[in-house]
Amino acid sequence: MKKLSARRRHPLAALVVLLFALAATGGLYTAFAPAEKAKAEQESSQSLAIQEGKKLYQVGCSSCHGTGGQGTSDGPSLVGVGAAAVDFQVGTGRMPAQQPGAQVPRKKKIYSQDEINQLAAYVASLGSGPSQPTKKQYDPSGSDVARGGELFRTNCAQCHNFTGEGGALTHGKFAPDLGDVDPKHIYEAMQTGPQNMPSFTDGALPEKDKKDIVAYVKQVNSDKSESPGGFKLGGFGPVSEGMFAWIFGLGAMIGVAVWVAARTAKAKKS
Amino acid sequence: MSTATETPGSAAAAGKKKAPAGERVADWADGRLGIYSLAKANMRKIFPDHWSFMLGEVALYSFIIIILTGVYLTLFFHPSMGEIEYHGAYTPMHGVRMSEAYASTLDISFDVRGGLLVRQIHHWAALIFLAAMFVHMMRVFFTGAFRKPREVNWVFGFLLFVLGMFTGFTGYSLPDDLLSGTGIRFMEGAILSVPIVGTYISMFLFGGEFPGHDFIGRFYSAHILLLPGIMLGLLVAHLILVFYHKHTQFAGPGRTNKNVVGMPLLPVYMAKAGGFFFLVFGVIAAVSAMFTINPIWNIGPYRPDQVSTNAQPDWYMGFSEGLIRVMPGWEINLWGHTLVLGVAIPLIVIFPLVLVSIAMYPFIESWVTGDKREHHIADRPRNAPTRTGVGAAWIAWYFVLLVGGGNDLWATHFHLSINAITWFVRIAFFVVPVIVFIITKRICLGLQRRDRDKVLHGRETGTIKRLPHGEFVEIHEPLSQEQLHTLTAHEQYKPVELGEETDENGVQRKITRSQKMRAKLSKGYFSENGQIPKPTAEEYREIESGHGHH
Repeated sequence: MKKLSARRRHPLAALVVLLFALAATGGLYTAFAPAEKAKAEQESSQSLAIQEGKKLYQVGCSSCHGTGGQGTSDGPSLVGVGAAAVDFQVGTGRMPAQQPGAQVPRKKKIYSQDEINQLAAYVASLGSGPSQPTKKQYDPSGSDVARGGELFRTNCAQCHNFTGEGGALTHGKFAPDLGDVDPKHIYEAMQTGPQNMPSFTDGALPEKDKKDIVAYVKQVNSDKSESPGGFKLGGFGPVSEGMFAWIFGLGAMIGVAVWVAARTAKAKKS
Repeated sequence: MSTATETPGSAAAAGKKKAPAGERVADWADGRLGIYSLAKANMRKIFPDHWSFMLGEVALYSFIIIILTGVYLTLFFHPSMGEIEYHGAYTPMHGVRMSEAYASTLDISFDVRGGLLVRQIHHWAALIFLAAMFVHMMRVFFTGAFRKPREVNWVFGFLLFVLGMFTGFTGYSLPDDLLSGTGIRFMEGAILSVPIVGTYISMFLFGGEFPGHDFIGRFYSAHILLLPGIMLGLLVAHLILVFYHKHTQFAGPGRTNKNVVGMPLLPVYMAKAGGFFFLVFGVIAAVSAMFTINPIWNIGPYRPDQVSTNAQPDWYMGFSEGLIRVMPGWEINLWGHTLVLGVAIPLIVIFPLVLVSIAMYPFIESWVTGDKREHHIADRPRNAPTRTGVGAAWIAWYFVLLVGGGNDLWATHFHLSINAITWFVRIAFFVVPVIVFIITKRICLGLQRRDRDKVLHGRETGTIKRLPHGEFVEIHEPLSQEQLHTLTAHEQYKPVELGEETDENGVQRKITRSQKMRAKLSKGYFSENGQIPKPTAEEYREIESGHGHH
């Protein structure tokens, strides 16, 4: 310490102090700056996503939805529909639409999930709306299936049938089969109300309720769901049962009757 | 052997050897029940052989199966609307509040040994029972087997069908699941639409406002006691009349209006019928083991605030669903009272009309023909073109209504607009029966012409012969005597004539409107446009002698 204080009046002392000060400031800056820097990076990647999304949008969507998402006579405005709507519509292959009609059907998905996220980022940038749910929100494990069933019958079965087999709406529109739909997409459909479906906001149907409904659908209508009584004949209720009873039930009876009648004791020919 | 006149002497003469055990049992029973004379009269009862005569048997056996399985189900079913929280074997329903009726049906399905299978047999057998009755009725209709002396039995059969419909409906309502509750709500709507008394009937039936706490218990009594009881009585009467009238048979050599050609009840038909019962049971059991029906655990308990799409009745009530689905929602409001025509017209007026129209047909036909004789030879449908046309038109009418009842499934499976289907059914309701009537009648007339040609010119052999001068002819082979008889055995009526408009004194005769109507209908049935005159023996001989064989 003595040495240090002895040299404190050295002509280069000021320079050394300055160097220390600079190093400390720089060090501190590097220590505290990363958050800011990452944020900036994220921002730039976000704006990159938006840019990429915009490019995808211009190619695949703008002919119907307008160059700025403002909508045209062929497609609705996308301002404020949110990322969840894009993820649902494009993720289930409904968008881009193949042709105009009563309803756009589900088909093969043509964008990768990354591209969908870019599109979603662009559309979300047009106006705020529901964002894509996280896995924690829609993952059905550990939910109350029985409660989900009650909620489903109260809110969904009118159009989608008891177990979500789908049903008819007016003028060729329809409620689709929920059979092998991704839990995320079921959740997003409830959030955003695609096409003819009403939207169930978190105010009307809280997050937990949505999750219970997803769990119920997965319980009764997926490739893993059990049918204790045997083949379920489409699960459409009494119409398919009646048709089966007539064609196969009574058909078999008539077959048996013809068989029995054809095999009779023959009277002896005299 | 058992006429009770055997003397001790003759018994001694027969030796000390004991009669076989079967004979002794029969003897014992005969001495107390008098079964010998009964058996003697009926054991050799003859039944003709034809597969279509066994459709009624399918109905009979499925009815027996329904009773047997139904008894098993009553052991476990609680006809109560008391509300409980479910904690049974089916975990996805845990904690759901439901009626005891629904909970006990879940228990039958998941806790009772064999319960689900028996439930499914009961339900599938019910659908097949009604379908078998339907086709049995159609067989009787199209072969004219409803004619004298069988009109009463036709009515019994019709009542069995209608009672079967309502027994099925009450059974469908018992589990108190969402479908059955919706069905009862539908029925309540029909009752409420009855002018003036509708609301009162509804209040009495449900013991207050719908749904109340009474109807499951009440429907239960009707379903397991009242309706099947009446049906059983009617069924016995139906079978006694079949025995009494003897079975109809198709025309053929040796078969007349006064005999029955076939096999005796014992042993042939006892064995066949017994075997057929097990075949019917086997088919129903196989269907029930493989295909689920009414999976109530998926449908959920009934709550009046819930409803699902695909809420339709079982098929036999489907035409009422069709009627209500296609009817415009007409309504008249008068002095604070509402007349719901949109429900009253289809369900209170047309629903019974659809059923009664087919039940009344035999009486209309016998009035038109004025025929008071007995008929035991079954008609071939083609030989009664108007009747066959009416029957086909009725089936088409019924089917159009079934399309209306399942319009949503037609829409989703064929990618159609449900509104377009509704309009199709509205128009088809009036148009399709007429078209089907005309087409069917023409087909029958065509078949009659072919029969006539076959009788007069023989069967086309497909062998082509070239004549010396170059002409090609097809060789026709004359029919056998048996075939000729079969094709010409039917009778043909003459149209009713109204007679002179004036009597011998020149005074105008009074001709009632019904007489005119009858003459007109009779002309439609039996004039040249209604049937092809069958070849007469003279025509046949002339052709035979005229230019010989082709």
